[in-house]
Amino acid sequence: MANTDITSKEMDGFGPHGTVVGLLRVLGPAHVWALGVGIVLVGEYMGWNFAVGKGGAYAALIACWFAGILYSCVAMIDSEVTSTVAAAGGQYTQAKHIVGPLMAFNVGLYLTFAYTMLEAANAITAGYLVSVVASMTGYAGELDQRPFIILVIMFLAWLNYRGVLATLTFNLVITAIAFVAILVLFLSTSGVLGGGIMQHAALMEGHELPYGWIGVLAAMHFGLWYYLGIEGTTQAAEEVRSPARALPFGTLAGIMTLLIAATLTWYTCSGVLPWEYLGDGVDGSVAPLFDTARLSGSTGLVWLLGFGTLFATLASANGCINDASRAWFAMGRDKYLPGWFGAVHPRYRTPYRSIVFLVPIALIFALGAPLDQVITFSILSGLLEYTFMPLNVIMFRKKWPLNTIKRGYEHPFHPLPAIVLLCLCGITFFAVFLGYGTQLIAMIGFYIVVSLWFHFWRYRFVSRGAQFTMPWPKPEGY
Amino acid sequence: METWQMLEYAAWGVSALLGLFMVADWLKTDTTYSEDVLTSSREGELEAMTEEHKI
Repeated sequence: MANTDITSKEMDGFGPHGTVVGLLRVLGPAHVWALGVGIVLVGEYMGWNFAVGKGGAYAALIACWFAGILYSCVAMIDSEVTSTVAAAGGQYTQAKHIVGPLMAFNVGLYLTFAYTMLEAANAITAGYLVSVVASMTGYAGELDQRPFIILVIMFLAWLNYRGVLATLTFNLVITAIAFVAILVLFLSTSGVLGGGIMQHAALMEGHELPYGWIGVLAAMHFGLWYYLGIEGTTQAAEEVRSPARALPFGTLAGIMTLLIAATLTWYTCSGVLPWEYLGDGVDGSVAPLFDTARLSGSTGLVWLLGFGTLFATLASANGCINDASRAWFAMGRDKYLPGWFGAVHPRYRTPYRSIVFLVPIALIFALGAPLDQVITFSILSGLLEYTFMPLNVIMFRKKWPLNTIKRGYEHPFHPLPAIVLLCLCGITFFAVFLGYGTQLIAMIGFYIVVSLWFHFWRYRFVSRGAQFTMPWPKPEGY
Repeated sequence: METWQMLEYAAWGVSALLGLFMVADWLKTDTTYSEDVLTSSREGELEAMTEEHKI
């Protein structure tokens, strides 16, 4: 194993680096699917409907499909690059190998912030759901949501601490139930099974685009909700048995699942709920799929979609803990952060210090920050990450053309997906600026400050040579 | 005491137990193994044993 060469016709592999305790390769494509779809599916259960409020039901559908194109590009690009850069850290590791250390540091922070904020938002939502169940069961008092918010974070962190296989198998089961619940609701309310209750024509007549095309543009901000987080599949890269096969398979199956789930969700909810109610996610429909089930009059559907909502929330928080800890761990391993974070548990084979370290941060945001602000910071970090991806893949193809390095998957029509993704990111930045301009500027200011800190101080500690342990050939032109 | 109040206390208790487990196990692990062993992980280490595909 000592002399390895990635361009070898005879063998594939990496040289020995002295790993005594590393992450465990136990996952398959289904776990990758569960990680990606699990993080996202909560966006179908709640959140996407703010797009209806911004521009009406048709605007939400247009945003759903445009965001679908954006995320299909993300999934294809990610599948190609990650099937090659098969290491924990996902896009952080891609940036480290392909762009450079400053980009890698920023991307690592985008990932950690996006996932930790989303984890906090999910815990807040789970606490709210428990309070709804309490009031539905006749509890007259004011339920304290805090113990349930903390329990969600602590239980899922414990699960992640104990091992990745159990964590993502748990995600697979609850994500599958949440997805099947959407299918059953569609079949039951559309008339395929039993009598249909949908009235698209009556509900939308005269309200096709209530705020015109600017409403469609504004809806793009919340169009991201249908798919936000599918790129998280890349964080499993160092723990799948066969990265070259499992990562593209799981990621692409995941985006296909989400395209189906998002379209069915829009169709089902917009055919039952008036757009004014559907579009108000605070005082109107907080959980549109659950509200649709309630209007169906079926107790079975109410229970199924109730559990679907809770399971989708838990799956998302669970996947976020997994992903944030891997990104933090990978940065620690390369000394972009203190190397102490790069430790692996010798028994459970998980990045245990990173998992435990991020628990109090998630708790602070879950207990002390308003939900909309937490979500906005998560979306903005994600959007910055998507903007990096097209630049990354263009550089990847230029430095290592197709015949120089093995890929598990080669995405088609390059550079078209990268250009489309870049254009859609630009449109979405403008849409976010319309609604959350102050937060957008604050977020970019924050990343500029930490970039300066990294450049002038932290970079001296980075393991500059040792961080590149993949025996790739020299890039073209170097 | 109502059921939901009891559930609130149970949630506090279980959260504390899970937190204690993680912190105790963390301290035990850090004192049992050397730092060199715990931080010896490098990216791509096991690839050779799982990937045998060729171009």
